[in-house]
Amino acid sequence: MIYRENGQFKTNYQDDQQIFAVSQDKWAILALVAIAAFVVPLFASEYMFKAIFIPFLILSLAALGVNILAGYCGQISLGSGAFMAVGAYMAYNFHVRVEGMPLIISLLLGGCFATAVGMFFGIPSLRVKGLYLSVTTLAAQFFCDWAFSRIKWFSNNSASGTVDVFNLEFFGLPVVTPVQKYWFCLGILVVFALLAKNLVRSAIGREWMAIRDMDVAASVIGIRPMYAKLSAFAVSSFIVGVAGGLWGFIHLGSWEPAAFSVDRSFQLLFMVILGGMGSIMGSFMGAAFIVVLPIAINVLLPELGALVGWEVSTAAVTHAEFMIFGALIVYFLIVEPHGLAKLWSVAKQKLRLWPFPH
Amino acid sequence: MGFFLETLIGGLMTGMLYSLVALGFVLIFKASGVFNFAQGAMVLFAALAMARFAEWIPKWFGFENQILGNIAGFVMAVLVMFVLAWVIERLVLRHLVNQEGATLLMATLGITYFLEGLGQTIFGSDIYKIDVGLPKDPLMILESTFEGGLLVNKEDLYAALIAAIMVVLLTIFFQKTATGRALRAVADDHQAAQSIGIPLNRIWVIVWCVAGITALVAGIIWGSKLGVQFSLATVALRALPVVILGGLTSVPGAIIGGLIIGVGEKLSEVFLGPYVGGGIEIWFAYVLALVFLLFRPQGLFGEKIIDRV
Repeated sequence: MIYRENGQFKTNYQDDQQIFAVSQDKWAILALVAIAAFVVPLFASEYMFKAIFIPFLILSLAALGVNILAGYCGQISLGSGAFMAVGAYMAYNFHVRVEGMPLIISLLLGGCFATAVGMFFGIPSLRVKGLYLSVTTLAAQFFCDWAFSRIKWFSNNSASGTVDVFNLEFFGLPVVTPVQKYWFCLGILVVFALLAKNLVRSAIGREWMAIRDMDVAASVIGIRPMYAKLSAFAVSSFIVGVAGGLWGFIHLGSWEPAAFSVDRSFQLLFMVILGGMGSIMGSFMGAAFIVVLPIAINVLLPELGALVGWEVSTAAVTHAEFMIFGALIVYFLIVEPHGLAKLWSVAKQKLRLWPFPH
Repeated sequence: MGFFLETLIGGLMTGMLYSLVALGFVLIFKASGVFNFAQGAMVLFAALAMARFAEWIPKWFGFENQILGNIAGFVMAVLVMFVLAWVIERLVLRHLVNQEGATLLMATLGITYFLEGLGQTIFGSDIYKIDVGLPKDPLMILESTFEGGLLVNKEDLYAALIAAIMVVLLTIFFQKTATGRALRAVADDHQAAQSIGIPLNRIWVIVWCVAGITALVAGIIWGSKLGVQFSLATVALRALPVVILGGLTSVPGAIIGGLIIGVGEKLSEVFLGPYVGGGIEIWFAYVLALVFLLFRPQGLFGEKIIDRV
């Protein structure tokens, strides 16, 4: 009844090519962004910002990047944590070594370096495919782990590889309090999501999807695998690199190489697979799921234990968190292998006919 | 020269241990097309089971015999791995037939998390010892040829020997028994195997069970070297380059790959490491595997990948 496209006629090409074919979608997304920008800061506590909203925004940005590579171009990479690290450490170096470097410029330059590294480690994808490729991308992960903890230049000669940044500002506006950080991340995320959405529905996005579906067939019809694959690696690692910079600068403030370990890569891949491969919306859903789930388990489990009169120790909670997390992931993969985005689109289909399905 | 040979031998033996973990990957991938990331967690889980049961059972029944305790622990650990294989097949694999490789990979990552949590909940999260009587004292060989002889770790030698025996047993199992033939048939073509009446589900249980026992053996050896602790699960990450270097579908590949990676790692660490600050062995292994893959994308002994449009 509400969600219906009757009467929305496309009378010129411009209308036909807008991002959201159904105008309700457009308004819903705009409303969502408006709520996120203006209503959430009114109600959320500082803890909510630090523990949930800011990590969610940054990790969705990273998941978006991974989704472009894994979901749209079909190259499963386990090195995304490394690209985040490159983004963070190179942004840090610009921030520290160049006097008066604006925050956003150093983040973007960090992203550019991540692009270069990503393309370099993407070169094997021209020859090595599938699972073999996934494992070889771990080379990037371990190499970067090693480089950032052993080569002292990257961490400005700090002994343990730990670096920190403070007093950030965005063209004169301070980015210090949680709300300011939240707005900053939200702004960047919206811009990148818009860019990514447009990219995947343009010619290059269709090339990526053709490569994903079958690269030999794609090259037969004239798509250059080298160009398509490397551009996917480049775009993906740029976004992931910027997200890494944000993660270090905005979320952590002070970090060490372990913040971008191989676990981070797995986490990002989880977001993409659970959220839905090849879906921008899915990246957000996956990120929300993975960010909120451990916190929810941590909060709920001791209370559930108290309900049945059971003292749950911290160690037990950690172990149970692992178990529940693992079990839920397997469960979700079994019931919805195409991810949460699929549920979303099924819901939309149903909503179209509601309340008179037949 | 003596030092070089010593490093070489050390590398070969570490390589044998890697291949033991890698074997688990290959067995499961061959039979069910699942790239089992949980192999490392299985190693940890099996080792934990072995260590704790070897400690508990003598306590429960009140006897003080280490050998008997170890045997009991081993039997219990095998049982645990069998149950685990059955449960995984029943609850996970059966429902994920015909899914994409990435989904299956993620599912095994989920299993990894689950096993890490479960293992530490049941068996505790301290560092435990497995003492199966591997000798610790070093051994000097070829003292007449080289000055001072070559220093070989006896423990490594035994471990490599056990690994070799394991490989031989597996080969016999695969080549000479009816079950092994069925396993090979499934590995070759699922549909064809099913159509001549080989029960796929049972085969999967068997192969996960065999992989579990391989994990147990690897866990015992690694555990007696390093102690049974959480970091044992990361052995899988060390064994991954071995698997892809040898080829995902080849048992001999896992062995040769293990030897190449083991030697490459040790030599690079000793002779290249000092120039770049050390600690390079983990990524060097991956880069080494990558270089081989650039020439043979399916690994040294993997089946040739043929793309058809």
